[in-house]
Amino acid sequence: MTTASITRAIWSLFRAVIVIGICFVILYPVFIKLSVAFMDEKDLYDSSVVYIPKNFTWQNFRVAWEGMDYTKTFVSTFTLSFLTSVIQLFACLLTAYGFARFKFPGKNLLFGCVILTLIVPPQIIMLPLFMHFRFFDFAGILEAVTGKPLNLIDTDAPFFLQAALTIGFKNGLYIYLLRQFFRGMPKELEEAAHVDGCNRFRTFLQIMLPSAVPMMVTVFLFGFVWQWTDSFFSGLYLPTKKVMASALSSLAASVSSSYSSSGGSLTFVSPGFTSMMNNTGVILIIVPLLVLYLISQKSFVEGIERSGIVG
Amino acid sequence: MKLFKKRNGKLRLTLRGKDALSGYLFILPFLLGFFGLFLPMILQSISFSFSNMEVGTDGYVLSKAANHGFEHYIRALTIDPDFNLSVLNSIRDMWSNVLLVIIFSFFAANLLNQKFHGRAIARSIFFFPVILTSGIILSIEQSDLLLSTMNSETAQNSSGISDFLNIAIFLSNYTSLPAGVISFLSEAVTGIYDIVIASGVQILVFLAGLQSISPSLYEASNMEGATGWENFWKITFPMISPLILVNALYTIIDSFTSAGNDVMSSIKTTIFTEVKYGFGSAMAWLYFLAIALILILVGGIISKKVFYYD
Repeated sequence: MTTASITRAIWSLFRAVIVIGICFVILYPVFIKLSVAFMDEKDLYDSSVVYIPKNFTWQNFRVAWEGMDYTKTFVSTFTLSFLTSVIQLFACLLTAYGFARFKFPGKNLLFGCVILTLIVPPQIIMLPLFMHFRFFDFAGILEAVTGKPLNLIDTDAPFFLQAALTIGFKNGLYIYLLRQFFRGMPKELEEAAHVDGCNRFRTFLQIMLPSAVPMMVTVFLFGFVWQWTDSFFSGLYLPTKKVMASALSSLAASVSSSYSSSGGSLTFVSPGFTSMMNNTGVILIIVPLLVLYLISQKSFVEGIERSGIVG
Repeated sequence: MKLFKKRNGKLRLTLRGKDALSGYLFILPFLLGFFGLFLPMILQSISFSFSNMEVGTDGYVLSKAANHGFEHYIRALTIDPDFNLSVLNSIRDMWSNVLLVIIFSFFAANLLNQKFHGRAIARSIFFFPVILTSGIILSIEQSDLLLSTMNSETAQNSSGISDFLNIAIFLSNYTSLPAGVISFLSEAVTGIYDIVIASGVQILVFLAGLQSISPSLYEASNMEGATGWENFWKITFPMISPLILVNALYTIIDSFTSAGNDVMSSIKTTIFTEVKYGFGSAMAWLYFLAIALILILVGGIISKKVFYYD
């Protein structure tokens, strides 16, 4: 054995210990949630039960599924999250490319404005935003035509509008990331395309976008995940429509009320039951994200390998 | 920069002018959103902070607050007992948090960029906190009674060996490090979960950056006989430096605006529970000014050292 191979063996052992340790730190709370989700309520009060449920049951999942109205909620949340994140991905790509590659008066000031949208906490502008979409109008045109402003509350339109105008949740971050990415790309390709008579927009679509795939997947994933679990904006714009966040936060209450209305004997909601419902609900919310995440993880790596040729 | 020139008596765009025009066209979504929606909202919120709001049945009426409108600001800074303290506290907590998150995520990204068995699985798990810490999931977890009692129970059970495992005691007994360093290190060890779950986005950003570095750079330097250590400092570190800036700024913003932040939650209760919209807005704006100042400071310092590959 040479010294080099010994060093390599020690390093890979060290690496394995660290990687497994960190994975454990991350996954431990999820394991607890899973074990609680499969427990019967009396297991919670039994001190001889640690991690492995004594009375294994699917009951929690069945109840939580019904309580969240899961199938319907899934479809509406998926549509909302998917469309919002696709729209905002393209709006942010255009903006980021504009900032990365073109010189125009006031560029630094405008980019400062992008950062401003990121650091202004959304709590500051939530009341003005609500009023804006409750009485939505475009320069008085709608009022002149239909007689009254449009009420966009309880529709998906506010989300799409915010996404298309790049002022949605954390869009400043996406613009910043994509701009950094475009700035790091060599200019020669675009110059070559330009010399060959390709216009700016086509250069962007056909030359830049294919190599930006890893960043695009990343931004899409963030947008989707944050929209999927968002309770701030969905609480503001969708007071009655059910999405994942609102379904989860009202899960325990709705389950116990449906029990008592169907003649059940559940008059007192125990904290253990509430907690079990919450844990099961969180798992139900995470699973679709996990699936999406594992799929895009693959294309993420593929995209990166393709960009290696360009970079 | 000349954008226009006269030719045949007509004003025409120069080449630079055309470039600038296409730049404006590309950022059009942002221009519309910022000047059409964001800025008016901000101005409205500022005007709230300078006035008292009376909410009636058919909308609200604004009247100018006392002291030339500065009433709420003066109250937040000089009368309110908690505001100054909690802002200073969140600034103090931010420094160690940002430093630890940046170091950890840079280390983790380098680790995940190497080739080893089960790398894909390890990557998926390292980014998992992005999902775990988002929106409703974190707030459900924080309010969950069962999980918190379970955690405190395990802490009690292990109290017998906790002295032995307590890194702060160990370090102060066996080394002569200054107290500040010891508390920083022990914070890093005991708060490892908080650091790890706050680093998901940053790891992803660093990893994407690491993978966009051309392998030909490493090939060339290996050919010249550079070691791995030299490669790291002469190639990886400069190439990744723009992303250190991004991550530092992002982590600062994240730690200031997260829902768990004391100042954020006190602003929220002031506005929605106590229904003092003017006072709450004034607090939010003061807090925002503090954040902006720190961001400009940090951004200015780091961007001096950043290297751009052009």
